[in-house]
Amino acid sequence: MSSRMKNIIVPVLAVLLGIIVGTIIMLVTGYDAGAAFIALWDGAFGDIYYTGETIRQITPYILAGLAVGFAFKTGLFNIGVEGQLLVGWLAAVWVGVAFELPKVIHLPLAVLAAAVAGALWAFIPGLLKAKFRVHEVIVTIMMNYVALHVVNHVIRTVLSNKSDRTADIYASASLRSPFLEGLTDYSRLHWGIIVALICVIIMWFILEKTSRGYELKAVGFNQHASEYAGMNVKSNIILSMVISGAFAGLAGAMEGLGTFGYQSISGGFTGVGFDGIAVALLGGNTPIGIVLAAILFGSLKVGALNMPLEAGVPNELVDIIIALIVFFVAASYMIRIFIDRIGKKGAK
Amino acid sequence: MEYVIEMLGIRKEFPGIVANDNITLQLEKGEIHALLGENGAGKSTLMNVLFGLYQPEKGEIRVKGKSVKITNPNIANDLGIGMVHQHFMLVDPFTVTENIILGNEVTKGGKIDLKTAEKKVAEISEKYGLAVDPKAKIQDISVGMQQRVEILKTLYRGAEILIFDEPTAVLTPQEIHELIQIMKTLIKEGKSIILITHKLKEIMEVCDRVTVIRKGVGIGTVNVSETNPNELASLMVGREVTFKTEKIGANPKQDVLEINDLKVKDSRGLPAINGLNLTVKAGEIVGIAGVDGNGQTELIEAITGLRKTESGSIQLNGKEIRNFSPRKVTESGVSHIPQDRHKHGLVLDFPIGENMVLQTYYQKPFSKGGILNYKEIYKKAKGLIAEYDVRTPSEFTPARALSGGNQQKAIIGREVDRNPDLLIAAQPTRGLDVGAIEFIHKRLIEQRDNGKAVLLLSFELDEIMNVSDRIAVIYEGQIVAIVDPKETTEQELGLLMAGSTRKEAGE
Amino acid sequence: MKKRKFGLVLSLALAAGTILGACGNNDDKEEGTATEGEKESAFSVAMVTDVGGVDDKSFNQSAWEGIKAFGADNGLDQGKGGYDYLQSKSDADYATNLNKLAREDFSLIFGIGFKLKADVETISKQQTDVHFGIIDDVVEQPNVVSVLFKEQEAAFLAGVAAAKTTKTNHIGFIGGMESPVIERFEAGFLAGIQAVNPDIKVDVHYTGAFDKADLGKATAAQMYSSGADVIFHAAGGTGNGLFTEAKDLKKKDPAREIWAIGVDSDQSAEGIVEIDGKEHNVIITSAMKGVSHAVQDISKKSMDGNFPGGETIVYGLAEDGVSLAPINDEVTTKADIETAVKEWTEKIKNGDITVPGTIDELANFKAE
Repeated sequence: MSSRMKNIIVPVLAVLLGIIVGTIIMLVTGYDAGAAFIALWDGAFGDIYYTGETIRQITPYILAGLAVGFAFKTGLFNIGVEGQLLVGWLAAVWVGVAFELPKVIHLPLAVLAAAVAGALWAFIPGLLKAKFRVHEVIVTIMMNYVALHVVNHVIRTVLSNKSDRTADIYASASLRSPFLEGLTDYSRLHWGIIVALICVIIMWFILEKTSRGYELKAVGFNQHASEYAGMNVKSNIILSMVISGAFAGLAGAMEGLGTFGYQSISGGFTGVGFDGIAVALLGGNTPIGIVLAAILFGSLKVGALNMPLEAGVPNELVDIIIALIVFFVAASYMIRIFIDRIGKKGAK
Repeated sequence: MEYVIEMLGIRKEFPGIVANDNITLQLEKGEIHALLGENGAGKSTLMNVLFGLYQPEKGEIRVKGKSVKITNPNIANDLGIGMVHQHFMLVDPFTVTENIILGNEVTKGGKIDLKTAEKKVAEISEKYGLAVDPKAKIQDISVGMQQRVEILKTLYRGAEILIFDEPTAVLTPQEIHELIQIMKTLIKEGKSIILITHKLKEIMEVCDRVTVIRKGVGIGTVNVSETNPNELASLMVGREVTFKTEKIGANPKQDVLEINDLKVKDSRGLPAINGLNLTVKAGEIVGIAGVDGNGQTELIEAITGLRKTESGSIQLNGKEIRNFSPRKVTESGVSHIPQDRHKHGLVLDFPIGENMVLQTYYQKPFSKGGILNYKEIYKKAKGLIAEYDVRTPSEFTPARALSGGNQQKAIIGREVDRNPDLLIAAQPTRGLDVGAIEFIHKRLIEQRDNGKAVLLLSFELDEIMNVSDRIAVIYEGQIVAIVDPKETTEQELGLLMAGSTRKEAGE
Repeated sequence: MKKRKFGLVLSLALAAGTILGACGNNDDKEEGTATEGEKESAFSVAMVTDVGGVDDKSFNQSAWEGIKAFGADNGLDQGKGGYDYLQSKSDADYATNLNKLAREDFSLIFGIGFKLKADVETISKQQTDVHFGIIDDVVEQPNVVSVLFKEQEAAFLAGVAAAKTTKTNHIGFIGGMESPVIERFEAGFLAGIQAVNPDIKVDVHYTGAFDKADLGKATAAQMYSSGADVIFHAAGGTGNGLFTEAKDLKKKDPAREIWAIGVDSDQSAEGIVEIDGKEHNVIITSAMKGVSHAVQDISKKSMDGNFPGGETIVYGLAEDGVSLAPINDEVTTKADIETAVKEWTEKIKNGDITVPGTIDELANFKAE
């Protein structure tokens, strides 16, 4: 079997296995699996409103997945997407509430601010990795906590008067649109999906079409050979983190300028950044794969909300099924071996 | 004649290819039997079948005349078959004994009985003349010693038949000599040996019989006493092969590379190059001979800009290039065939075509305004692949999928094609078979004849003697002697490499 | 299909209503027009939790218990057309969940917690024929009832109890995240202590989270070791760490006076510790916030056709919206505390004093 086919079949099998094991668990615990999956589907696509919500949820997932995937391509594991997302969100909302400008300036400025903030937040681990060989996983995890508390503090003291959330952004900075809301029966679907899809193209273009992308990939695959070939490994590591962080920051902008229109203090992480790891993994770190994986995760996330009400399946079980799918994706190595075995037998 | 192992008419298929087809190998008790074949001929597959890692589609395996089915390595162990792997499977911080009993621990009241094990290891070591200290840690002993630990491991588990997988690839000439003695001792003590190799000299020196396979097909078995290297080589490659590389005398001109009083530290911060002087002229090949670890790697890294130097000077065509970045060194006219082609030479996950522009991807016509022109890249790659006879299904095939020889040909094509003033070739033929070696040597000499300077680093004395016009012996970070290959012997070189002065060596 | 089912339920409910009506209960005679009766019988209620989830041992759980009790009292089944809840896993889920329930034709939908304010506001404007309730915040829409609590009044009584219990004259307060609600707890608690003894030292610390029991434990350990002997928490799940620490200290030294005060519901069950076969309890009392009561109250009013749309209902001591749980028998000054609590309760109910709801108000607060 060609490796390309395998890259497609492995995630599909992972999803199927997740569904099968989930079905078994539901049957064993006495729930109606058929009704549960119908509820899942209806909850994601059963109504134009839900479809709108699903696309809205997919938007940050695409960007978070791109962030993780881009760093992966360069051999870096950016676990800090969550923190970069939070600072991006903050920057977008800050620009959104601080000025009132014409929309053509205000909205791009807010989006740009988010990208820059995320990029700067990722620059630090990139720099530490390049200069001092500090492992980016450790630094990015720590930076997540720093981001969480810094963002909470800024919301509380700078962007509000000891309140738990910022004011709403000016309409001129908002990605929301009455047109899309009207189209989807008041869902929170916003123009961010266009931004996300543009970013998908940008990632593909950088990696596949530019000499810079060639360098980034080479560094990702083999630092020694890259150095031998005269590439600047350090600057490529930093650049990779910066671009990754910019994507993550944009994911934050989607929440700040689209879904919510404000930012509130939070005791924990949004989870979007961490789900981005699963999205990238499932999507094989390729731009198109990430889009497909984000669609899957977004649909699961929104559709799952319907399962308790429609099919009486408890939330915990829904979480287990989603976790199983992620588990089987992460364990795709197992599936690969399995496919190889089958392939060998088939050839006999 | 009593056979301890018979592999009869073995056929092993993988999807799309037949790795072994009708191969027969019969090992007599007490003999050293060579398994000879080019890289990718199917030697490893055959041995993995014997070791129980693969199941053959056809054929029979007999051990001491009895037909057996070896479905996993444990069965192979129980049948007394032991494998000494090319890449050692040892745990560095563990002692020799701990490594040997690993997975086979004898416990006494829940505690590992190290004492008894150590005693047993020492006994075996003495019996076969291995001279291994059972209490030494793996990380503290030499590569040659580590290999002996691997041998001990199989003996400890009661192996009667030992398979050596390319055992000399990692050894110095002296260590190779010692290994051959060990193998002879093993035979004297009643063991039988299969030696996987493509080095004809070793076969002639130590083996009794040799089985040749070519492209997965068994060609036959011959007695070593009735054959010669030329015959073996043509059996293996399927055509006539010349060994003595044909070359006309060198015609050296101006200095291209001039190194003066160079000092370089190694990764641990200790001096590795200690005031080294070396000159390479246009139109000559200078070979660097030395035991591994005497500063060869650091020297090449220093010239190519991969390692920062402390002091001294490195001049290329009269211009200082010391501490230039690798890119600037490359752009100054230096090509480098790296010692470790997987680590440095190729991005294995890139298509072979994209590997062909690893240093030039950013230049026109491959890139314009930061945008790659794949058409030009693949056009270039296709040309090089054809010119250097790189066997690959297509230029889009990942470099990883190519055999070692073809990977090396691709690298050489890429490096030579840049038309450098100085070509550095570090172990350019390591692990390659006779055909590929011949090809590469020809290319190096061609470069010399075109008036380029060539610096050759190799641990194969044969190669150094054959290809070089001058030999520089490196010892503890200095060039201790420059000798003419026509006037020296392997013996003399070996002593110089071990630190004797020229005078002592001559006596 | 869906419509038909709904029709069946409707007619069944109608039938039931008629039978009930026939049984001759003339209490609600005045509002019993025919159309009202129909609406009343098809009444259904649901809630959306915040990220704390329905088993947070705090106000989400309390609200759900209220809805369950209401459902049981009125013969409703869990599910569509009866009563139900939806759990939110992230802030982004509030809107989807509220919308979902509105689309499933629930008559009254509660958003539990101030975090849902923005979404309740938006969706109430879109779904104008659905009734909404928001707990702990205010949304000014004609189809939304806002529910606030005078947490400060319960906290004030807790402060009185704490001040009457402490031997070291040193008390601690652990807050979750800084927010107006938690500030009310803090201000009321401090005022209560001040009213008994202005010289008592109080440590105030915010952990920044409602779900970090480890932080709660660490904070409590620090406060107890610096001399505090009573600690009150308004920190949700974080507060569970306080109880763990108090019990641990009690186990180490049973003679030591170590006390904690619970919040939201009567948490006395969390304070039980067994030492040498004898059961002790480290929880003096709890400052209870009657989310359950409020949810039931509003559901009832709504079912009866008296939905207080557009109003902000504030539940205090006087409305039985907040209260103090029974005092632990192990507290030596129990009688003393009960007398004082009774006294202050009267004063607050009568309006003799107003308990401060913010730290700024606390500065101007004078007991007496």
